[in-house]
Amino acid sequence: MARATGTMARRIESGLIWLLCVMPLLILAGQGLTDGLTANPVEYVLRALGVWALRFLCVTLAIGLIARFGLWRRAMVYRRRIGLWAFAYVCLHLTTYILVDQALDWPGIVKDIVKRPYITIGMAAFILLIPLAVTSVNKVRRAMRPRHWLWLHRLVYLIAVLGVAHYYLLVKADHRDPILYGVVILALLGVRLIPRRRGAIK
Amino acid sequence: AAALKYSPNRMAIDEDKTPLKDVTGYNNFYEFGTDKGDPALYAKMMKTRPWTVTVAGLCEKTGQYGIDDLIRRFPLEERIYRMRCVEAWSMVIPWVGFPLAKLIKALEPTSQAKYVAFQTLRDPRQMPGQRSDILDWPYQEALRLDEALNPLTLMAVGLYGQTLPNQNGAPIRLVTPWKYGFKGIKSIVRIQFTANRPKTSWNILAPREYGFYGNVNPDVDHPRWSQAKERRIGEFFRRKTLPFNGYGDQVAGLYRGLDARTLY
Repeated sequence: MARATGTMARRIESGLIWLLCVMPLLILAGQGLTDGLTANPVEYVLRALGVWALRFLCVTLAIGLIARFGLWRRAMVYRRRIGLWAFAYVCLHLTTYILVDQALDWPGIVKDIVKRPYITIGMAAFILLIPLAVTSVNKVRRAMRPRHWLWLHRLVYLIAVLGVAHYYLLVKADHRDPILYGVVILALLGVRLIPRRRGAIK
Repeated sequence: AAALKYSPNRMAIDEDKTPLKDVTGYNNFYEFGTDKGDPALYAKMMKTRPWTVTVAGLCEKTGQYGIDDLIRRFPLEERIYRMRCVEAWSMVIPWVGFPLAKLIKALEPTSQAKYVAFQTLRDPRQMPGQRSDILDWPYQEALRLDEALNPLTLMAVGLYGQTLPNQNGAPIRLVTPWKYGFKGIKSIVRIQFTANRPKTSWNILAPREYGFYGNVNPDVDHPRWSQAKERRIGEFFRRKTLPFNGYGDQVAGLYRGLDARTLY
């Protein structure tokens, strides 16, 4: 009986986290239905998806620390899922750029990638995320040496920094938001660099 | 907003006007915040009466001019103009105003005057965006005197037949439709005639990105994004940007002999 309620509680917990992960999409859909995407909906959606990708990356980075400092150990169970949601938002952001913003104008897109540093950097971040997403599949992960897997997944800090640079370079004058994300990511990285206590949970 | 009396448009273009709600709800006016919804939310804090425009520098008729005297002095007309933002979006806006040329002739600039400089109100109590040093306040813009005298150059005091909403630069603003929107300085409190090229706000912030001229030119990219296309507000896909925003016939002559690539 106790085990049954435990399973039920976990299912609810898992369902809630799933719901939180799709919430940004539901909000965008709601805004779309109520004329809430501003006068420039393409730009608004593109920006919103990018910012949510960055937020999910920050949450992914934070989870390891939350678990490590014993605040909510079970958070680790959800790290992969939230990381994959970050990847999903990056993919939606990129798809919106290619399909809607550029309307499949491939020469224009290639020129953008080559000529615009913020797009070059954003594209680099996306490409670097692909191996992380692929190796998060259990089968693939098990086939890898743990050391290699860990090394590869530390790239996420570099990717997050690239994401912030991508954001910073696109803003015209008011850099407060990208700087805020940059500070959060560097703080998370900084805490990460504090040596672990012996016997602490991995 | 109050209704204005004006004569009909003499420079209409055959393109759909951008709805009033978008013209007043989506724009840049960093004095009220950097989000495009901020001006509509916060510009109500600005008091536009009483309002005086100070005229200074190289002209005979320097002094203080009350806004209502200015508006009464020159017959108003409607001008439906394209507006192209440097961020690659655009609108079509029915302004109401008078040609800057008429005001300049009345102010009698001296023969040394080569430029006209404008300044926006500076008052952080009314303009919360000025509490952050995003730009070097007050906002300043300028035109060459011959650009200012071009018949297209408008001092706008209204849009859609009504007095200007605060967020669009009430009570009086500049409109130069062949230039990027940042040249169209809002809520003007000072006009000065000078012999040397005045400083302009965005040019001070990032000279490589925002030139003095700010002429719309699809062939000269902003260093960080392409200017070849634009998204017309209300349209889904981008359309091609026209040289001088489609006003080349009226203004290209101003720049004859100058390298168009230096006119960004």
